Amino acid sequence: MKLREIAHSRTGDKGDTSNISVIAYDDRHYEHLRRTVTAEKVKAHFAELVRGEVVRYELPMIGALNFVLGHTLGGGVTRSLALDAHGKSLSSALLDLEVPDPDPSR
Amino acid sequence: MRTIRLGSGAGYSGDRIEPAVELAERGGIDYLVFECLAERTIGLAQQAKRVDPNSGFDPFLEARMRAVLPTAARLGIRIVSNMGAANAPGAARRTAAIAAELGLKLTIAAVCGDDVLSQVLDGDYRFEETHTPVRDLRDRIVSANAYLGIGPICAALRTNADVVLTGRAADPALFMAPIFHEFGWAMDDWVRLGQGTVVGHLLECAGQITGGYFADPGYKHVPDLARLGFPIAEVSEDGELVITKVAGSGGTVSAATCKEQLLYEIHDPRRYLQPDVVADFSQVRIEEVGADRVKVSGGRGSPPSGTLKVSVGYVDGYVGEGQISYGGPGALGRARLALEIVRDRLALTGVRMSESRFDIIGLNSLHGSRLSPHESEPYEVRVRVTGRTDSLAEAARIGNEVETLYTNGPAGGGGVSRHAREVVAVQSVLLPSELVKTSVETVEA
Repeated sequence: MKLREIAHSRTGDKGDTSNISVIAYDDRHYEHLRRTVTAEKVKAHFAELVRGEVVRYELPMIGALNFVLGHTLGGGVTRSLALDAHGKSLSSALLDLEVPDPDPSR
Repeated sequence: MRTIRLGSGAGYSGDRIEPAVELAERGGIDYLVFECLAERTIGLAQQAKRVDPNSGFDPFLEARMRAVLPTAARLGIRIVSNMGAANAPGAARRTAAIAAELGLKLTIAAVCGDDVLSQVLDGDYRFEETHTPVRDLRDRIVSANAYLGIGPICAALRTNADVVLTGRAADPALFMAPIFHEFGWAMDDWVRLGQGTVVGHLLECAGQITGGYFADPGYKHVPDLARLGFPIAEVSEDGELVITKVAGSGGTVSAATCKEQLLYEIHDPRRYLQPDVVADFSQVRIEEVGADRVKVSGGRGSPPSGTLKVSVGYVDGYVGEGQISYGGPGALGRARLALEIVRDRLALTGVRMSESRFDIIGLNSLHGSRLSPHESEPYEVRVRVTGRTDSLAEAARIGNEVETLYTNGPAGGGGVSRHAREVVAVQSVLLPSELVKTSVETVEA
């Protein structure tokens, strides 16, 4: 299934670094997200865009993960030539990620 | 237990104005805060001020003040904003003049001292991003502004000013200062500073926590976005926080909207660097306690580093761009041909670009080619060519070569747009806090 079915997301930018949150709609799916949506998987998904490292932070209290993508925004919003210089639309691209169904018996 | 109510009247300079008026009239708020200063805006404002010493503040200052001052004055709502941009004293004088015109007797305070251009140029600093010496760009630097903390804003509030205008300050500090001023919280109370940062961070983008930037039809529903209400923070003396909005306004405040905003522009949630504190959001709890009422608790913090982040604006060449659309059968093929032609033309005519992009909007302009599905061809696409050059004339050539596709390119191209501009880019420097000297000036209307 697509990540979009179980999580929502928002992107932020600071200089050339993008951060993308992945937030479980249902707190019970947090552990599933933590196991399956790894930094490596996110980096591979954005292989064409990310020039730096991808670091993942865990926020179990709110059932969320925060991915920080280095050197991803064409030098940062003030100099990037990209149409979406902030990378604001990246959250939607991440929700297209294929993840295992957390409850395959349904 | 005392509680104060803060309203967030803008998430950026060009934001909607009516929601701020609604907050003032019906929000029961004590403070109305406008966060209007984007990263590079201050560099552009600094350039404007060089041309006209009475300019350099936010272009919407006048419209916002005219809209909210009468109600704010009548109800005793104090206003805090970074609309001072590169000229807080100028913004204060202009606001005082507007107040006088409206027949209001108000005191306006300007917070000064964020302009640290001379300190940065006098020192031996390196950019945080590229680790290159600042002096290498010396001739191209147009501005250097430190992110001030809550201290100078609290000092301005102590003058009993009705309106406090700053230049560059940390966005959360605009909200934290009223709270610390009202409750007399200590400047080394790291838990309160951490929780205060949570308040400021959640409110600083206004509508982004009340359902703006959130809706996704079929997944996330938000009612009445055309009348989106802006947020209110209810903060009590013991640090308890509830996020809400004006009853009957559009939008929604839910645990989900608060979670998205909590993580917006955050890197390590344990270490959100602020001038007055290193805030820790890792233990924050978010809980719906009523209709459009969300309780947020658990912000913490530790002492700051002793340096302040400084945004340095510098002229970074020129950018030119041109776009043209193709539609109907074979649109994609004609768009690809158009890109080839423009690429060849820019080479043939000797336009030197240090960096360039040849995008097809509708296919690969946002996320590259790898994430776009290939199975179906879009009905319409838009070609976009953009590049960085050393001169404005060369930048203009890029849009020109796209435009000449009208009569020289593939069949059926339409809707050309083009522009060329100077680029003011921003990098940051860390400056020892003690080198930043702040002051407060007041103007009476």
